[in-house]
Amino acid sequence: MTTATIGAPAERAYPSYAHPWWRRTLLTREFAIIALLVVVFCWATFEVANFNSPLTIYFLGLDNAEIMLIALPMALVIITGEIDLSVASVVGLSSVMVGILHQDVGLTIPVAGLIAILVGAVAGVLNGFLVAYVGLPSLAVTIGTMALYRGLAVGLLGTTAKTDFPEKWTNLAQDHIGNSRFPLIVVPILVLVVVFVWLLHFSPFGRGVYEIGLNDEAARFSGVNVERTKLILFTLTAAISAFAGIYITLRTGNARGDNATGDELKVIAAVLLGGVSIFGGRGRLHGVIAGVLLIGVIQSAMRLENETVNVINIVIGVLLVLSVMATALLAWLPRVRSSRFRMLGLSRRRTHVATSTRTTER
Amino acid sequence: MSALTLSPSELSPLRRILGGALRSREIAVAVVLVLVVLATTVKNDQFLFGANGWRDLLLTPSILLLLAVGETAVIITRNVDLSVGSVVGLTAYLTGRIFIANPGMPVFLVFIIGLAFGGALGLINGLLVSFGKVPALVITLGTLYIYRGVFLTWAGANRVNASDMPDGFLKLGTEQVLTIPVLTIIAVVMLALVGYYLYTARGGRELYAIGSDPAAADLYGLRVTRRVLAAFVLSGAMAGLAGVATAARYGTVSSDAGLNLELQAVGAAVIGGVAIFGGSGTVWGAAIGAFLLVTINRALPVLGVQDFWQQFVVGVLIIGSIVLDRVLTLRRDRKIIEAREVA
Repeated sequence: MTTATIGAPAERAYPSYAHPWWRRTLLTREFAIIALLVVVFCWATFEVANFNSPLTIYFLGLDNAEIMLIALPMALVIITGEIDLSVASVVGLSSVMVGILHQDVGLTIPVAGLIAILVGAVAGVLNGFLVAYVGLPSLAVTIGTMALYRGLAVGLLGTTAKTDFPEKWTNLAQDHIGNSRFPLIVVPILVLVVVFVWLLHFSPFGRGVYEIGLNDEAARFSGVNVERTKLILFTLTAAISAFAGIYITLRTGNARGDNATGDELKVIAAVLLGGVSIFGGRGRLHGVIAGVLLIGVIQSAMRLENETVNVINIVIGVLLVLSVMATALLAWLPRVRSSRFRMLGLSRRRTHVATSTRTTER
Repeated sequence: MSALTLSPSELSPLRRILGGALRSREIAVAVVLVLVVLATTVKNDQFLFGANGWRDLLLTPSILLLLAVGETAVIITRNVDLSVGSVVGLTAYLTGRIFIANPGMPVFLVFIIGLAFGGALGLINGLLVSFGKVPALVITLGTLYIYRGVFLTWAGANRVNASDMPDGFLKLGTEQVLTIPVLTIIAVVMLALVGYYLYTARGGRELYAIGSDPAAADLYGLRVTRRVLAAFVLSGAMAGLAGVATAARYGTVSSDAGLNLELQAVGAAVIGGVAIFGGSGTVWGAAIGAFLLVTINRALPVLGVQDFWQQFVVGVLIIGSIVLDRVLTLRRDRKIIEAREVA
């Protein structure tokens, strides 16, 4: 009797990636934004008078620091598929807290700042608790807390402002790093950039963030603690917003309830411009950083060209719309191609479903 | 033959009525509104019976009421329109410019122009959202910037003053018919039209279907793109009308006309029981929500709370109402499951 032998299947080598590494790195949304940033920066250096002076870089850092700070955690929140509209209100609240604690209570700036950050963290815990544990949509929750925290800030101070801060601290907020052209605020920003790059791209926590954005049910089944992750992210976002509030207060020497009004839109615009998908699950931090810088460079170049803030806002709005439409336009191309299949007798519905699954697969 | 017998409810009538009121969001919000008005009137009877008390009570919410009606139609389709505040500002300024260029313009025509212009701005939103397949939140966030930027660039340092507009138009802002202000009548007529459409018409019901499950609505053969587009046009048109009303009511159009109104409009809808993820809610609820928001804001100073706290109260109301919604939904779900397990 013979035994049938089954030959071992031939070893087949599969390539790890469909495209070579340079195509995977360079032909991405993030690099498109970085390229645009470089182009705009070069153009401004040559074409806009006074753009290449050291002061431009200094003010670029000084003016966009709070946007950059908040954009980092905000990117993570948006990657999980949530959104936080209350950040600018937390900035205002923390600014008011610092003002009152320093001037009326008489605490030193570091203590007042620490308490303001704690208050910010509590505000974030409230957001995160309502979103993650009560299960409310973050859009509705943070529209509510946006009014709530801003109302608290404005209610505490009214229309008055606290302006008496020690020079030591207000100078520190505007200081340069040594003799370079970079403001001192760049140091905490760099620290946070390193922390967040590690957190999002090199830690299990970060993989969980992406998984939640792609499919939170699947993330839960693969062992990601969805609720805790969201709570941590909302808390981090608000705590960093509170830190940005302290920075703004000291830099302008002005604690007011309406500080940073409307900044949540700028932060979200920068994050989305940087290639983070509003549907969640997609985006990388180098794109976000480039997005913030791009908006900053455009603003300062246009300001040097004597454009008003209104024109600048129009440009930011158009950029935001274009950047999200870009994804839709790119998704259109396969649909146009697939319309040929329609002529081959496939129904319209089929092609539509096919393209929609392709876009969700990313 | 066994007769199907229905036994009367075992709950006492009082509890049934209270339970029904709690479940009907519109009635619950209306009760709160009445309580606020009563409490404020007890504190200071000028609030309701003063020379302008009754008029202001009805007149002030009319602008937000228009916005809430349009916003509700959009939110029902699981979208959101954040650009309404900017549309109000832009249309209000346009109204002023029309009268500066053309003082003899019939007032009726100006309202139509405002409606059409707002509708056109809404059409831009709708086209971008429904053909770009991009979340409305992002698109309307962008157009919020763009429309306000256009308004402020166009206006520059100029503002429209009361002297630029004809008296007949300005009088409309405060005029009353049978003690009811004209602007309120306009807003309520719009509310009734849209409310009737959403409640009975095929297009209105389709908006709810789309909001409940966009994919299912598409597979069922509803024209999702067209309906969503229409909802945005409606929201823009209502905001345009509100812009003309703003010009008539306040007489001046400065750079902060309509600023941050979008949040109040969304807030009014949410307080009135319109679910932010679409598919449920009525314009009646949103309208009462708008009344409540504005009335509380006006009542605070009378009740001895500084008006800086207005926004805080708005926030508490929004958070409170969505948490309440959630709790009620959970309770209802649990009861349904219990009932199923008993059976």
